[in-house]
Amino acid sequence: MKQLIIVGAGTAGTMMANKLVREMNPKEWTISIIDKHKTHYYQPGFLFIPFGTYSEKDVIKKKTQFLPKGINFIQQGIHEIDGESNTITLEDGTKKSYDILIIATGSVIVPEETEGLKGEGWHRDIFDFYTVEGATALRERLKAWKGGKLLVHMTEMPIKCPVSPLEFAFLADSFFKDTGIREKVEITYATPLSGAFTKANCSLVLGHLLKDKGIDLVPDFDIEMVNDESKYIQSYDDKKIDFDLMVTVPTNMGDEVIERSELGDELRFIPTHPNTLQGKKYDNMFILGDATDLPSSKAGSVAHFQAEVLTENIMLYVRDLELKPDFDGHANCFIESGAGKAFLIDFNYDLEPVEGDFPLPGIGPFSLLKETRMNHLGKLAFRWIYWNILLKGRPMPGISTQMSLRGKKIGHDRRKEHA
Amino acid sequence: MPERNIAQTVVQVGEDGYMTQPSEWTREIAIALAEESGIGELTQSHWDVIEYLQQYFKENQKLPTIRSLKKTKVVPTKEFYQLFPEGPLKKATKIAGLPKPASCV
Repeated sequence: MKQLIIVGAGTAGTMMANKLVREMNPKEWTISIIDKHKTHYYQPGFLFIPFGTYSEKDVIKKKTQFLPKGINFIQQGIHEIDGESNTITLEDGTKKSYDILIIATGSVIVPEETEGLKGEGWHRDIFDFYTVEGATALRERLKAWKGGKLLVHMTEMPIKCPVSPLEFAFLADSFFKDTGIREKVEITYATPLSGAFTKANCSLVLGHLLKDKGIDLVPDFDIEMVNDESKYIQSYDDKKIDFDLMVTVPTNMGDEVIERSELGDELRFIPTHPNTLQGKKYDNMFILGDATDLPSSKAGSVAHFQAEVLTENIMLYVRDLELKPDFDGHANCFIESGAGKAFLIDFNYDLEPVEGDFPLPGIGPFSLLKETRMNHLGKLAFRWIYWNILLKGRPMPGISTQMSLRGKKIGHDRRKEHA
Repeated sequence: MPERNIAQTVVQVGEDGYMTQPSEWTREIAIALAEESGIGELTQSHWDVIEYLQQYFKENQKLPTIRSLKKTKVVPTKEFYQLFPEGPLKKATKIAGLPKPASCV
């Protein structure tokens, strides 16, 4: 029997397991998936936990619930992947050989990368919302908070879900309005980017929204250190921002096993062919989801589109046929903007988010790059879609793998209006 | 492709005035661009950074990141910000005749 091993049973790995078990010949191939954790987190839901919209139970399920019959789940950590000998060494020392390896080890926050971030103040005055522990600790802190300086901060790109710190700022504004203390809270949004967001078109729209909500934007802020006693952050060029409460997205990096196996770049992300998802170093190694070094968003929707392309390419690879360069960097993200509304953006490697209707021209029901109630309902409905459609590797109705131009106002560049 | 005249040399430029042909770059162009971007006179430390960036780009066909520069001995991060204030990588690559660093999503 030939061996296909998937490393990581998160969003991307689980989708691949579900797709491949339907495609591959079970008489020829054994499919295994390795992950040390039992729990599957609905990570987009973490954003809502600090505000009490979701609780832990809304975002946690057992991994095995989503893994198909006919695959072999190995619940163990990985010590090392050796691409030369096609062998994985598990934490208990067992070795597993593979013919094809799919790496879906994701990304994690590494607050230790910033001086002073993970000190005494961590989860006391300084919080992340990228872990369930951070999000729930922040919820308790927000419940008791009487107001002051709230600093929402992003350390460096790339991060999982680049819109999430903005969404946090928008939702915080709404939350403090609802709890009646908005006028006692000063919200500052500090980012190393030159604007609110990475994509210029979108940055303008979201930048205006920050202003409308009375949130101060501090661009080009490259953090050097945190002082958790005097409560300020300082940049490499000696700018300082004071805070009473800091909510940050720390540096995101790939899994430690990638570094141990010498497969990644300085952020432990793995060099990957941007269109076929084949690894650059070994032909029988494929990478998807947050683990790649690609300039696409690190987001579940991206992993979903990648999984479609990669499944096809794995099937071509086993038949010794040429891989298809079909992944176009497609991402599709809801952006919560507070007060029960949201934006939706749809873009790829080459095309920035534009306005329009999605997915159906003239009908929608969603509006691209506009703030609507329907988009917010879409974001909430997405949790059901995630557990029931996405993870099971089923196609999303009406949404194509490659970015579609249907319903989009191409050539409508907001930057020109403001130029 | 638009062109512009820098230090009596006509060069091709793309987005935000970044040069598109590294081969057209000269030291005189760097001096003019540094003046233009408010950095003023280029010291040896500036040249060290510029040469490192050009070498890196030649070998890797991409730009290093500020993070990867930290691991080299070329320039301490703090000093990099002092040499090229307000977006050191953006400014340094422009002066070095290299592409604008992409802010990835």
